[in-house]
Amino acid sequence: MVGQSGAGKTTLLRLLTREEKPTSGKIIVGGVDYDKLKDSDVPLLRRKIGVVFQDFKLLPNRTVFENIAYALEIVGMGNREIQRTVPKVLDIVNLKGKEKNMPLELSGGERQRVAIARAIVRQPKILIADEPTGNLDPKHAWDVIKVLEKINRFGTTVLLTTHNQDIVNRLKRRVVTLEHGKISSDRANAKYKI
Amino acid sequence: MKRRLHTTYRIIRTGFVNFVRNLSLAAAAIAVMTVTLTIILFSVIASTTFNHTITQLTDKIDISVYLSSSASDSQVQTLEKQLNKLVTVKSVDYISQDQALADYEAENPGDTQFQTVLTEIGNPLPASLEIHPVDPNQIQPIKNFLDKPQNVLLEDAQNPTSYSGNRKQAIDNIAKATRILKEAGVLTVIVFALISVLIIFNTLRMAIFNRRDEIGIMRLLGASTWYIRGPFVVENVLYGIISALLSTSLVYILFNGSASALHASSLGLLDIGYASSYLKAHTFLLLTIQLMIGIVIGTVSSIIATRRYLKFKTIK
Repeated sequence: MVGQSGAGKTTLLRLLTREEKPTSGKIIVGGVDYDKLKDSDVPLLRRKIGVVFQDFKLLPNRTVFENIAYALEIVGMGNREIQRTVPKVLDIVNLKGKEKNMPLELSGGERQRVAIARAIVRQPKILIADEPTGNLDPKHAWDVIKVLEKINRFGTTVLLTTHNQDIVNRLKRRVVTLEHGKISSDRANAKYKI
Repeated sequence: MKRRLHTTYRIIRTGFVNFVRNLSLAAAAIAVMTVTLTIILFSVIASTTFNHTITQLTDKIDISVYLSSSASDSQVQTLEKQLNKLVTVKSVDYISQDQALADYEAENPGDTQFQTVLTEIGNPLPASLEIHPVDPNQIQPIKNFLDKPQNVLLEDAQNPTSYSGNRKQAIDNIAKATRILKEAGVLTVIVFALISVLIIFNTLRMAIFNRRDEIGIMRLLGASTWYIRGPFVVENVLYGIISALLSTSLVYILFNGSASALHASSLGLLDIGYASSYLKAHTFLLLTIQLMIGIVIGTVSSIIATRRYLKFKTIK
């Protein structure tokens, strides 16, 4: 998903995670009608959607392992299963050996990959990534995109917003362009165009 | 059920881990809580000791009814029984003429004038009833009872009851002053306790305010309200328990240490001897109260402080 700043990309993603409510219109994701969601259902909804943020949003006082494990603790997974699952996702995002590091000891690219690991560890059907490369240099940005491609190949729908023309052109995927809060184009195998 | 236990265990463990990882923050919060809890405990003990001193003073207040020589023993006994039945009377002592004489001679040795009177007309002192009131503010009902006509007949017309005229005025003034002092003591304790609770509450709130982003992240990951809030409650309750233990030992050492080191029983109006013995006798009770205050404030403040960061935004 592309669009200029203020086009409404982030707002759309916030609507999907129920951080905001729509003033009009209807949201249905995977058969869940958001109008019928109670506040107490929101945690359950968020557990089914993986989210990656531009500013990572890692828990600063917890190690890499604990940050990822937290997503599993929330859903009540047992310790033994957590010990088995976390190394697998760390492998997917190429962060083996960093389990005991604190987020502040990692580079931006590494932090973002921890955040991605946390988002996919519950094997969500949808992964939302809001400008995940926005704070990264080109090399690290591309590392992150490659990880997202891998996840997509495993069968997860990845919704990526970006400003990066290069990434969009190289990915050759469906591109939705937003302008002033409205979809101005929606094409498969498309190139970056505003 | 197993999952529930698992989650509860995790919440408690996380609380402990956070406590250790935020040790500097914990130290600051515990320091503030310890100081304020110490102030509460100190003011409670000071006010209790003060009350004790006042009670010792007011216990000395009594009224004497001088009995007419024509009153028979059975009449006096009936009067004594009736007085004992009054709710405002703590106890009544009968002072016989001989006893009154012995008391007088003990208090005024070598009073030759009195000795002359004694040899010439015999014992001039009347027998009396010494009435100890429950509360020096409640003497008037006793006096009203004594002023009933059938009772007045038994009293010595020459010597009016000691609760009249100037003495009545003096007793009333003392009673009023001590009542005000006691009320001021209670008020002071309440004010100190209120201020302390506010200070503790604000300190804990600030600590949680510092971690509001963390709460937001947990919320975004889909953590339930109690899974986020629980560790904060555990952490703050830990602060409360540690502070209660510290403040109680601090006050304990302070009073007992000063009582023995100064070899003095009192510092001005504060009876250190009584304070330290009161503290020794009620250590467990006072510690329990301190722990309760610490735990309750810890729990309530963390629930209130996390509430606003846990709210689901409903911006339209």
